This record gives sequence, structure tokens and C-alpha cells, in this order.
Amino acid sequence: MSANQFKSPVVRWIDHRLPVFSMLHHTAHDYPTPKNLNYMWNFGSLAGLSLAIMIVTGIVLAMSYTAHVDYAFDSVERIMRDVNHGWMIRYIHMNTASFFFIVIYLHMFRGLYYGSYKAPRELLWMLGVVIFLLMMATAFMGYVLPWGQMSFWGATVITNLFSAIPYVGESIVTLLWGGFSVDNATLNRFFSLHYLMPFVIAGVVVLHIVALHRFGSNNPIGIDTKGPQDTISFHPYYTIKDVFGIAVFLLLLAMVVFFFPNAMGHPDNYIPANAMQTPAHIVPEWYFLPFYAILRAVPDKLGGVLLMFGAIAVLFILPWLDRSPVRSARFRPLFRIFFWLFFVNAIALGYLGGKPAEGIYVILSRVATAWYFLHFLAILPILSMFEITKPLPKSISEPVLKGNSKRAGPLGAGLEPAE
Amino acid sequence: MIKQFSIVMISLFLTAPAMAAGGDVELQKRDWSFSGPFGTFDKASMQRGFQAYREVCAGCHGMKLIAFRNFADLGYNNDEIKAIAAEYEVQDGPNDDGEMFMRPGIAADRIPSPYANDNAARASNNGALPPDLSLIAKARGNGPDYLFSLLAGYKDAPGGTTVPDGMYYNAAYPGHLIAMPQPLYGEDVTYSGDADDSIEGISSDLVQFLMWAAEPKMEVRKRIGVAAVFFLGIFVVVSYMAKRRVWADVH
Amino acid sequence: MAESDTNKNPAKEDVQEPGRRDFIVVATYAMAGLGAAAVAWPLIDQLNPAADTLALANIEVDISKIAVGQSITVKWRGKPVFIRHRTADEIVRANATDLDDLRDPQIDTARAEKPEYLVLVGVCTHLGCVPLGQKTGEVRGDYDGWFCPCHGSHYDTSGRIRKGPAPTNLEVPPYNFLSDSVVRIG
Repeated sequence: MSANQFKSPVVRWIDHRLPVFSMLHHTAHDYPTPKNLNYMWNFGSLAGLSLAIMIVTGIVLAMSYTAHVDYAFDSVERIMRDVNHGWMIRYIHMNTASFFFIVIYLHMFRGLYYGSYKAPRELLWMLGVVIFLLMMATAFMGYVLPWGQMSFWGATVITNLFSAIPYVGESIVTLLWGGFSVDNATLNRFFSLHYLMPFVIAGVVVLHIVALHRFGSNNPIGIDTKGPQDTISFHPYYTIKDVFGIAVFLLLLAMVVFFFPNAMGHPDNYIPANAMQTPAHIVPEWYFLPFYAILRAVPDKLGGVLLMFGAIAVLFILPWLDRSPVRSARFRPLFRIFFWLFFVNAIALGYLGGKPAEGIYVILSRVATAWYFLHFLAILPILSMFEITKPLPKSISEPVLKGNSKRAGPLGAGLEPAE
Repeated sequence: MIKQFSIVMISLFLTAPAMAAGGDVELQKRDWSFSGPFGTFDKASMQRGFQAYREVCAGCHGMKLIAFRNFADLGYNNDEIKAIAAEYEVQDGPNDDGEMFMRPGIAADRIPSPYANDNAARASNNGALPPDLSLIAKARGNGPDYLFSLLAGYKDAPGGTTVPDGMYYNAAYPGHLIAMPQPLYGEDVTYSGDADDSIEGISSDLVQFLMWAAEPKMEVRKRIGVAAVFFLGIFVVVSYMAKRRVWADVH
Repeated sequence: MAESDTNKNPAKEDVQEPGRRDFIVVATYAMAGLGAAAVAWPLIDQLNPAADTLALANIEVDISKIAVGQSITVKWRGKPVFIRHRTADEIVRANATDLDDLRDPQIDTARAEKPEYLVLVGVCTHLGCVPLGQKTGEVRGDYDGWFCPCHGSHYDTSGRIRKGPAPTNLEVPPYNFLSDSVVRIG
């Protein structure tokens, strides 16, 4: 690390005493990265960007927002109408939240497909699940702050879930509320915690990246890098690729923010909260819908709560459920089929979560919930024991030399270093 | 793989709101001047809409998020705004005797609501609460079309439907039974000039006004959006070309 | 374990490598910088006063009801503004003052557009207290204008500092008469 020679004497003086420049150089400049990463590897940096956007816009919004039941709704409207550019900052904040979840789901599906959760990256995966949980908590509390009808009733429904816990459930709910229903005490503490959590997320993200850098990134063929012929420096290759990814992300975000800003929200949240009147259909934000579907699929209240949290718990233990030594789905034809089935099922769960709990939707929700758990608890373990995988290439460089990295060719000519 | 993900995800939540709206309500879809990426408000129509609001709706419905100074968006100048504001009485105080008092409005004031609070509103309307209209166009799915359809949707109940006392049949209202009596019959507002004062004409003007009231910044938003998407579109192309250039020796 | 490698990875500046300082790459980073600036501006401008605050940047006051010798206090931009309907005697005394006696010399006609009405920001120029003298019976100080109880500044019938620690006269806000009975402040 101290071998790095910076040109500027100022930079050298600082770095000698606080090696931040060396560290950045090692982490993001010279850092060897597999040369065959595809665009599914862009979502990590996009998630980091989303977090940064949320924090900056959030801090700015907090300058004009009032966390009191009598003023919250109107303070948001004041931001939309009177604060300079307030409408834009608010729309960016609420839509980047949705984009953050899109990016994170794609990031997670990438991990599932390519086996990024497998040894030695189990802890990296688990830290990711922790970040996901923190994101869900942050988003849930953030949605309450505008104090619209959905804010209030979503908060009421979700906090009421904890009453399902035997014996202590009611006391816990009272503790969460700070009163006998969702009211000012609840709103105030949600504001405080909503401001806090993104910084906790940032801290866990740092751990996530440290864990990543321990063994380096996984790659589409799931084979460890064998040497310098398999890697390229992060800068300039992946910096410019990330810049392109960011450009696409921002373009899509701008299209939504400026032309469809309320498409992913619910009109009922433009109605001030009314404790005496429940909206016809209480729906959480779209990114919670799959878990909402699982919650409602179980006729028993406690069962639904346990299964909903179980759906995330099962992600934690994934590295021990799928023990196949082959990482990437590219070489696991059966696993690949089940992966896509799981993906379609997840979309279905999301769709069903937005439907009223009536008629055929109930049956379909139960089938989809069962399939979700079946996939993790039965299919993956069985597959890892009995699946016949395709032969793996010898190294990353090899299929690249052959010109077709999708087919898993067997051996091939000797390893030649990439120029 | 990315493409498949993105297309599915994006189409899912763009259709989500439509999926949430249900029932057999009749929705008349109209072409609004503010629709689309280049949409703008029709100022003349908004002014007529404000007039209609004052004369027909303001007796029961407040618009407390709108200030008189906002009417500059409708094309009124400062003197006209002052004059409009002065026609209203707003509460101020307490004075040196500790009492609240009424005074003529100024540009900085918000439109006063017809009722002091929700309970007073309910008491005067058989228990029903006429909602504040500041955000109504965003607080209902397909807001503008819905509001238009509602105003024009009063008709005789189809055979077999009982309409209780104090309720009215409306084709666009979810559940079809609404507590608001038909507000427009045609020629309810005397427009200067030869603007359309049929139910459809007045409703259309009201929708323009209400859509503006719900989102006064819409025009600015779309203008900046065009510039932002244009800039980012170029940036996508430029950054992709740069990426290919940098990666040329690896491919 | 990922190895650091300086041989195989293409070098940066010292080798003739196309693509590093290429125009297209520079253009990309330039556009990114432009974009960042375009985003930064609204985030800073939102700190500026919002539209509802600016709407109260000026107020119109009806002064027709102020009797001769009486004063009213109105709120303008969060501060008190004194409007005094001066008596003839007060006006004469304000004009007769020798400028050499003033710490902050100003003639009365420069401080009042119409001599009968004095419009002043009611904040002591010492450390910001609100001087007394508006209400009947309140102390007006040795010069019959205003008196600040915090540290003993005395202002005269033109609002000028005569005695005490305040460095300058009471501030005259921007104002103009819209008519004989309405003055617009700000």
C-alpha cells in the first residue's frame, strides 16, 4: 500500500499520516476484479447511489418537514408548493425509494442465480439480508411520515401484527405505539428512527464491501479467479461501466420523477389521515407486496406473522440450504429452471399482495406462499444433492479466449494470459 | 436477463394503480390539455373553473391549501389578485383585547373554508363531510377523468336500485350512491364571452382548475423533465461509447 | 485471495493506451460534472425563503385610524415596525436638532417621506431589544422618542440615537405610501 506514489506532495503528506488515499486507491482503483462481469453486477453500485440520493434528499426534506400529526401532512404540501424546488426533491425522494428496492431485488436475484451466497461469501450474503431488513424498516417508517390515509392505516395494520405474539404481544404494541393507537408519539419516534436508519445501513454497507473485498467479486461462471489473467483493474474498466449503468438508472428515474411521479404510489395517501375511517383497500407500497401476500395467506394471525418473517429468515440460511459445489446457474440446468419458476412465483406473490383477500386470490396466494418455502427448504437442498451439473470451464480466461463464454466448453487449449 | 427483469418489474408497478381501481364505475376518458409530457394548463379554462368553484362548490367545499397569491398561475396580475382576495373575509387576531376578528383577505392569505371544522361541516350536511378540494385530483385514481365523470355522472338509478333519502345515484361514484346532490345542470355559471357553459363545459373547466390546485408545479415539472431526459439520454449514449472505448482492449 | 497485479493490468498514463484520455471519456466525465452541478443548485436554493415566506415580505398597513400623537406596532418580516403619527411639536423638535449633536447624523426629512408619519423598525441597534414608547404611558426616554430598557439607549422624535450604547439610529425600512391612508412596507 505504501508503494503507491502519488504525484501531489499534499496528498503524500496526508496519506503518510492517514492512509485514506492509499486505501481508496487499493479499494476502487487498482482493485483486481474478474474481467467477465456482466451488467447484472452493476446493481451494487446503483444501490449505493440510491442510498446516497435518499440521504441527501431526505436531509433536505427534513429541513421543511414537521413531525406532528397536526402539521405533517400540510408541511409536506408546503414542500410541494412553496419551498423552492421542493416538489422535485420530494418526488425524487419518494421515487428513488422505489428504485432502490428495484435495484436491490435485481441485486439479490443476481446473487441467487450465480450462487454469490455460497462459500466463502456466506457472511457477505447475510450482511446483505441485514441491509435488506433495515431498508424495509426504513421505508416502512418513511411512508408513515406524510401522514396520509395509507401512512396511518399501513402503520396501524403492520404494528398490530406484533399483538400476535403470545402473552407479551399487546404490551409490545403499546410500547411501539407509545399510546393506545398510532398517534403523535408514534409519528415522532418514526421520524427520529427514519432519520437514523440510513446511516446504520451505510455502516452495514461498509461491512458488506469489506466482506466482498476479502475474496473479491463472484462472476457469471462462478469460478474463482486463478490469477492476473482473469482480472482487470477496477479503474478504469468498472468505473466507466458503472458510470454507464448510473446514466441508465438516472434516465429511468428522471422519466418517472418528472412524468409519472405518482405511478408507484397510492392516491389515498393524498387524503389526510383519518383515524375514524379506513380506506377500502389497505395496500402497502409495492415492494412489500410479496411479503404482504405471504402474511395474509395464512388464516392464523400468528402463523401469518411467523411465515412473513420466516420468508426473510430463510434467506439468511440459504448458504446452508443450497450446498451444491457449483455456483453459477449457467452450469446447473435444473436449478436454472427452478430459479425462473421462483422468479415468476415472486412476481405472482407481489401481484397477489395487491389484490383483496377474496375468492381465487386466497387460493393462489397460498399456493404461491407454499412454493416460496418449498423452493428454499426442499428444492434447493434436493437439487444440491442430486443435480447433475454441466462440466465447468477451467478458468475465466479460457471461455473468453474461445470467444463464447456462454457455453461451458470442457478443456480446450492451454491457458494463455489475456493481453 | 436484465432486460427481462426490468420489463417485468416496470410494467408491474405501472399497472398496479390501475389494478387497484375496480368496480363497474363508468369512467369517461377525456383529452386534457395538461396530459402527456408536454402538457400545459389552459389558463382561461382555469379562470372559469375558479369562478365555477366559487359560485357552485365553495359553499360546502374548502380549498385551504391554495393561497390567493397562487392565482398568478391562472394569469391574474397583482392588482387582480388583491381584488379577489379582498372579496373574502378571513379570520385574524387575537387583537389587543384578546379577541379574534374578521378582516378582508390579502394575497398571502389562503382561501377560507366554508366551515370552521369537520364537525361543523358534517352537521350542515346530514353527517356527510364534503372533502377539501385542494388535492382531490391526485387523491382519486385517474383523478381528472374521474372528477369529470362524477360531475357529469348523475342519472336516474337503473331499475331495481333503491336510492335512500339524502343519497343520489351517480354512475361514476364507487358504490353509485353519493351524498352530494347534483351540483351542475348546465348554465349554472354565467361566463363572460361565449365559453361552453353546459355541464360538460363547466365540469371541464373545474377539472382544469382542480388539477392545477392539486399540482401547481406540473408545468414546471414537465419542462424540467424534458430537459433532464434529453440531457440524460445523451449522457447514456456518450457514457456507453466511452465504456466501449475503454473496454476495447479487453474485448 | 485476489492478488494485486501491476504487470498484466493495462497501465495508466505512461503507456500509449487508447481510451484513457479519449475525447469521449473526457466528455463523459464533463457531462457528469455538469449534471452534478445542475442537481446541486436546487438542493442549495431550497434553503432560500419559500414562497409563503416571500409573500409576507411586504405588508400594507391602514394608517387612517392612527390619531395624532398615537403609535401602532405591526409585524413585518418577523420584526416589529413602529408607525407613529407625530404631533406638530414632535416634527419641529426633530427638524431643529443640530446635526453635530447626533452620533449618527441624519436630517429628519431623510427619515420620513411624509413628516406626519414616522415608520421605523422597532429593534434597538445595540443588541436587538424592542424599545419602549409605543403605548400611552410608556417611558419615552429623555428625548421623547423611544427608550430601550435593556441597556439604556434613548431615541428622539425622529428615532435617532441620542444617549446610550446604540451605535446607529433606528432603521427606516423601505416603504411607500399607496394612498393617504395606506402605507406599504417592504
